[in-house]
Amino acid sequence: MPFSIPTEEFMEPGHTACHGCGATLAMRYVLKALGKNTVVSVPASCWAVIPGAMPYRTLDVPMVYTPFAATGASISGLREALDIQGKEDYNVVGFAGDGGTADIGLQSLSGAMERGHNVFYIMYDNEGYMNTGVQRSGSTPYGAETTTTPVGKERNFKRQNKKVVADIMMAQGVPYVATATIAYPEDLIRKLDNARKIHGPKFIQVLATCPTGWYYPPEKSVEVSRLAVQSGVFPLYEFQNGVLRVSKPSKTVEVREYLSMQGRFSHLNDEDIAQLQEYVNQRMTMLLEKEKDTAKPGP
Amino acid sequence: MQSAQRKYNAILTGNDAVAVGAKLARVGFISAYPITPQTTIVEKLAEMVANREIQARYVEVESEHSALAATFASELAGIRSYTATSSHGLLYMHEMLHWTAGMRLPVVMSVVNRALGPPWNIWTEQTDTMNQKDTGWMQVYCESNQEALDTILMGYRIAESEKVMLPLMSMEDAFVLSHTSEPVSIPDQEEVDGFLPPLDLKFRIDTNNPMGYGSYSTPDGPFMELKKDMIESMKNSKNTIREVTRNFAEAFGRDYSGLIEEYAMDDADYALIASGTLASTGKYVVGKMREAGRKVGLIRLRFFRPFPDEEIVKATKNLKGVGVLDRSVSYGSSGSIANEVKSSLYEKSSIPVTGFVAGLGGRDVRIEEFEKMFDYIEKGKTGNYFIGDREGN
Amino acid sequence: MVELILAPIAEKSSKFNHTDSWRILKPEIEYDKCIRCMICWKFCPDNAFEISTGSSIPSPNERTAKLEAPVINYDYCKGCGICANECPEKCIEMTVESKKVI
Repeated sequence: MPFSIPTEEFMEPGHTACHGCGATLAMRYVLKALGKNTVVSVPASCWAVIPGAMPYRTLDVPMVYTPFAATGASISGLREALDIQGKEDYNVVGFAGDGGTADIGLQSLSGAMERGHNVFYIMYDNEGYMNTGVQRSGSTPYGAETTTTPVGKERNFKRQNKKVVADIMMAQGVPYVATATIAYPEDLIRKLDNARKIHGPKFIQVLATCPTGWYYPPEKSVEVSRLAVQSGVFPLYEFQNGVLRVSKPSKTVEVREYLSMQGRFSHLNDEDIAQLQEYVNQRMTMLLEKEKDTAKPGP
Repeated sequence: MQSAQRKYNAILTGNDAVAVGAKLARVGFISAYPITPQTTIVEKLAEMVANREIQARYVEVESEHSALAATFASELAGIRSYTATSSHGLLYMHEMLHWTAGMRLPVVMSVVNRALGPPWNIWTEQTDTMNQKDTGWMQVYCESNQEALDTILMGYRIAESEKVMLPLMSMEDAFVLSHTSEPVSIPDQEEVDGFLPPLDLKFRIDTNNPMGYGSYSTPDGPFMELKKDMIESMKNSKNTIREVTRNFAEAFGRDYSGLIEEYAMDDADYALIASGTLASTGKYVVGKMREAGRKVGLIRLRFFRPFPDEEIVKATKNLKGVGVLDRSVSYGSSGSIANEVKSSLYEKSSIPVTGFVAGLGGRDVRIEEFEKMFDYIEKGKTGNYFIGDREGN
Repeated sequence: MVELILAPIAEKSSKFNHTDSWRILKPEIEYDKCIRCMICWKFCPDNAFEISTGSSIPSPNERTAKLEAPVINYDYCKGCGICANECPEKCIEMTVESKKVI
C-alpha cells in the first residue's frame, strides 16, 4: 500500500487558503485521524477565512466559529452539551492559531485543560498573526521579522524567545501533550490515535509553516517544516500521563540551514544565528533531561 | 397587576428566586464566573446540581467571557443553557453577547444591575446593562423577586419562539432584590413543563449535517440581510412578549401585562417612567400624591429591548407631561431611557419630557426626590436633571 | 405560517468554488516515471489530488501499473508546487500556466 495516512478526506477542495498553506495541511491530517464524528471550534484566525465566505464550508464536519479568546471555553460547552445528549463518541476539537492560543486565548485554554474536559486542542502554530498580516505573537521565535517587529534601521526584530505553549501545558499537567509538524503527517496521526485513548484534555501543537508570513516560496512548506525538526528548532515530543518521549530526528542539520530558507530571518548576522543555535541546543538538552526524569519510576 | 392569585409558598432572595426559575426551566447547562452580587445565584445552582435537584452540568469557568462562550457553545449543541453575571462581568462578556445574539441562540441570562468602577462600587445601577442595549439581547428589568423568577420562565419561552430566536437578559437590582427576601409563589414543575416545552433547536450541531456555524460574509454576502432579520425578529418579539405574558397570566395567575406596566394611569395628567425597584418607590409616592389629590401615575418599563415605543405613545397620550427616571449615565448625552422615550414620542406627541438621572452607585432615591421629580414634570420643566447629589439637586 | 429566522450558517461545500484561476505555475505528472508513492497526494494543502485506479495511465513498470495513481484536479490546484518539491522521483514538472483565453 502506498498510502501512509488514511485516504478518507474531511476537508474539501475549493477553500481559500494561501498557496502552500501549512495550517490547511494540519486540518486535513487532524480530520483524517479523528474522522467524521468530530466537531471543530475555530476562533478568529486564518482558519476562520480558509473555508471561504458564506455560503461555503470546506469541512465535512460541523465547524463552529467563535470569537478570538473563546476556543477553550467553547469546546468545554460543546463537550458537556454533547455528553448530556449521550454523544460521548463525538470528538470535540478546538483548532486555534498561535495568537489565539499563546496570547488572547491562553486563559481560556488553560481553564479548559484544568477542568479536564474530554477535548482535543490543536494549536496550529504559524508563529504570528498571519491572517491579519504577519504581526508578532508570543509564539513568534527570536530573530523573526514581522510587520510589528520590522527590522528597520535599529535591527528591531523580535528579541524574545518563543513562548512554547506545549511546554506550558506539560507544566500544567495536561494528560496528553504533543508537538508535531505537517512534514510528518504519519507522526501527527499516530499521536492523535494515542491521544484519543485518553479520556480528558489533549493538547497538540502543530508547527504550521506559512509561506506568506515566513517569506519562503510556497513549494517549500513541507521542506521548511522538516528542517524545523531536523535543526532542533521545533523538537517533536509526546508527553503522556507524565512521561515525556522526545523524537530524535534521523538526520540533523544546523539551525542556520533552517533560518537561511526564510526571508523573516534574512537580517540575522552570525552572532544572532549562533545565539539561536545555542538556545536550540539548550532547549533540546532541557527536554532530554526531562525525558530522563519522567522515565524514572515515580515515588 | 401581580395580584398573586396563588399563595406564596416560599420566602426567597431575588438571587434564590432566579436560581429556582432556572431549575424550573430545566436548564441543562450552566456556566458562570463569580461576581458580587450575582454569586449567590450560581452558588445556589451549583448546590442544586451537587444535590441532583437539577439535571444539569455546571461548568466553573475562569472568566465571564468564557462563561458566555461555553453557554453559547452548549446552546448551539441543542441544550437549554443559562448563565448569570453583573457589572464588570457583563462588560467582559460584551463580545460574546453580540456573538450569541448573532448566532440566533435563545440563551437566557440573569444580570444583577451593579455600578461600574472606578471607584469600585457593588451597589445597584443600570449603566452595565444600558451599555449592552445594542447587542441583540432582549432586556427585562424586574421589580420583585417573584417577577425575577417568572421572567426566567417567560424568558426562555419568548427567546425560543421561532419568530424571535434571540437571547434575553433579565435584570435584578443589586441587593435591593438580589439579597433581599420577599414572599414568592414557586410554581409546580408540572405546570412549568406545560408552559415551557423542551428546547428544540432546529440548527443544532449534528455531524450528519456538517455546517459552518457563524461563518464569514463579504459586503456582498448575506451580512446585511442577517442583521435585518435580527432587527425584524426583535420587532416581532413584541407580539411574542405580549402573547407569552398573557399565557403566563392564564397559567399562573400573575399578569405582567406585556412590555410596560401602567400604575394609576387611567386619569393621570402627569406620569413618571421608571424601571426596576425605583418603580416600586415611585408607585408608593404616586399613591401618596393621589391621596393629596394630585393626578399622577407611573409607567414601569419592563422591557428596554425591544423598546416599547407604541406602548409609551399610547400610555402618555392623555398626559400633560411625562418624566423619565434613569439609574444610569451616558456621558455627553441624557439618560438612555429618556433618549428612547423622546425618540418614541417624536412626531407622535407634543408633551414635554423631563429627564432625570438619579440613584447612581446605589444611592437611595428618596420619597422627597420623587416628589421633586413630579413637581418638575408638573411645571413642564423640560431638559435633563441630576437628582440626589450632594449639591442639593 | 412561521417564517424561520436567518442564522449565519454556511452549508454549501467549497468544492463548488474553483480556485484554478489562482494558478501561475501548473504541475504536470510524468506518469512514466511516477512510482505511485502518493507523496504528492499526501502533501497537497488544496486537496487537489484524486486517487485513480485507471489502468490507462502510463506507468514505469508492471508493479506500479497495478497501484493507484495520483491525478491532479486542475479545478482546485493553486499551483503551490509542494507536490513537485516533495516528489522523490522528480517527475512533477511546474510549467508557467498558459494564459486562458476569455
